[in-house]
Amino acid sequence: MRQFFTLAVLTATVASGIRLATPFLLASLGETIGQRSGVLNLGVDGIMLLGAFGAYYTALHAENLWLAVLLGTLVGALMGLITAVVSVTMKAEQGISGIGVFLFGLGLSDLLFQKFVGTPLPIDTLPTARVPLLANIPTIGKMLFQANLMVYVAFLLVPAVAFVLNRTTYGTNIKAVGENPAAADSVGVNVARVRYSTIIIGSSLAGLAGATLAIQLGIFQQNLTQGQGFIAVALVYFGAWRPSGVMAGSLLYGMVAAIVLTWKTLGIIPQSASDLAAMAPAVLTVVALVVVARRFRQPAALAKPYERGG
Amino acid sequence: MGTKLLRRSALLALVAVMAIIAAACGNNGTTSGGGGGSPSAPLKVALVAPSATNDLAFTQSMTDALNALKESENLDIAVSDNLFVVDDAASAIRNYASQGYDLVIAHGSQFGGSVEQIAPDFPDVSFAWGTAGDTFGLTNVYAYQAASDQGGYVQGVLAAGLTKSKVIGVVGPIEVGDAKLYVDGFKAGVEATDPSTSVKVNYTGSFSDVGLAAEAARSFVAAKADVMTGSAQMVVGAVGVAKTNEVAWFGTQANQTSLAPSVVVASQVYHWEVVLKQIIDGIKAGTLGGQTYTIDLENGGEVIEYNSDYNLPAEVKAAGDAAIEGIKSGSIQTGVKE
Repeated sequence: MRQFFTLAVLTATVASGIRLATPFLLASLGETIGQRSGVLNLGVDGIMLLGAFGAYYTALHAENLWLAVLLGTLVGALMGLITAVVSVTMKAEQGISGIGVFLFGLGLSDLLFQKFVGTPLPIDTLPTARVPLLANIPTIGKMLFQANLMVYVAFLLVPAVAFVLNRTTYGTNIKAVGENPAAADSVGVNVARVRYSTIIIGSSLAGLAGATLAIQLGIFQQNLTQGQGFIAVALVYFGAWRPSGVMAGSLLYGMVAAIVLTWKTLGIIPQSASDLAAMAPAVLTVVALVVVARRFRQPAALAKPYERGG
Repeated sequence: MGTKLLRRSALLALVAVMAIIAAACGNNGTTSGGGGGSPSAPLKVALVAPSATNDLAFTQSMTDALNALKESENLDIAVSDNLFVVDDAASAIRNYASQGYDLVIAHGSQFGGSVEQIAPDFPDVSFAWGTAGDTFGLTNVYAYQAASDQGGYVQGVLAAGLTKSKVIGVVGPIEVGDAKLYVDGFKAGVEATDPSTSVKVNYTGSFSDVGLAAEAARSFVAAKADVMTGSAQMVVGAVGVAKTNEVAWFGTQANQTSLAPSVVVASQVYHWEVVLKQIIDGIKAGTLGGQTYTIDLENGGEVIEYNSDYNLPAEVKAAGDAAIEGIKSGSIQTGVKE
């Protein structure tokens, strides 16, 4: 155990935890925005997969990582539009339609990969971006300020999303629509338009999360996300629908996963306990979810389609 | 209200159908046909596998073997891949058997229970199950396995000769079967060459989680590993990390040079056609099972394929080649037991 508490190992573990947390954070921030407006989107994982493939394919052929990120985000936005039509206009049961979107994304991403790529080919990965001055701080600099750009984008989005939700008229409308759409409608808020916008923004962030995952790993494979989208949805509940809470949940999950990996590498976790240890991030997050989320109330109109006069 | 309910139901049905079609499109379909196996008709062979046919690992090794024998053995091949859920695989195995396929290959040790249950229902169909050594006492079940500890041992010798930092990382999936054999053989090869070299092993708990494999590889890089290896289809993530950090990589099951030509030193490649030919010959002669076949270095079922673009020091390669010859002749024993 002593070998874990060395500066080099702790630094690498924290950096790894932050990197692991990044796709979760992006996806769960997007889902937070959608759920605050009263829309549950269980298709996040499928949208991440399509965003991941879109980014991977672009990086493979255009050899431009930022174009890849943009395309992954746009794919997410397009899937958001489809989801919004189904959930808002057609008023489908959101839980079921979300699962449909997930299966669609899972199958289509694999189909496109098999048809247009075939054998996995590596792509360039995101380079490390050092924050000037801050990256030179001993230990802390290496932990926090020498990461790829998407890490900074994800964590900067936390205060940005919080600002929008809490300090803007648009944010007020989002929350109003999520709590009492009829009341919001009565004062002139276009419920459908708000929900459309939140779903598209949320799905764009899910697409961005998938793109980030693909270009962090430098590869694409069937079911690349391994259910990370569903973890992201759970983290929204853990975070009590607040960006800062979602960030805390993502970091908890990422850090536990990183610690388990490091302990396995150092032999602190024996191979016989390897499978048990692999469960730790999910188990801890569920426990934390049960303890924390009970104290907070979900948006009153979550997962309830709105119909004027209905 | 009734019209709205109808509209919602129609939309839900549309979404469900879309999802089912897309999910089905993600797998290769099965094909049906009549019987075969006589000298003029092709032998109908079906492959049921847990991962993609182009995964550069487990499933690809069997797919490549079938394709290598397709013309010479007059095979009609059908494949159902990505069936990592055992129940789905069992359903495919039973379907192929009921459609009159001559040989159904259940390529995954996790499919053993399914083969044991299904095979007795189709006594005229031959089943091949791997990687495993148990035929369940059934006369229509073949088993096949790889002595992957042998190739692992050779690559361990090579790795120990290459490492400067004396730290080697191994990214494993689950500590079972073929993966465990390979890892144990690799460790034995390193130990036999340089006991002072540290081999760190991380079983991620998944055959397919590319992200976990990548992070495991990064943890090895942080621990100063300058050589790595790994098993299963998830290693594509680890190979990417090796490439970025210029860490030498040893592959297994399939040739992984294409993933990172600058760092892949060699790959232990499985040539399942060596034992598949024996199974097919047996079926054509009327023996539908009851035997276990093993690929190893001696029978050519396992081959160490070097990356010609990697600048491997001559003395290191010589040590590796000597290990290969020693294992073939029996003068070197890996010491690994299943």
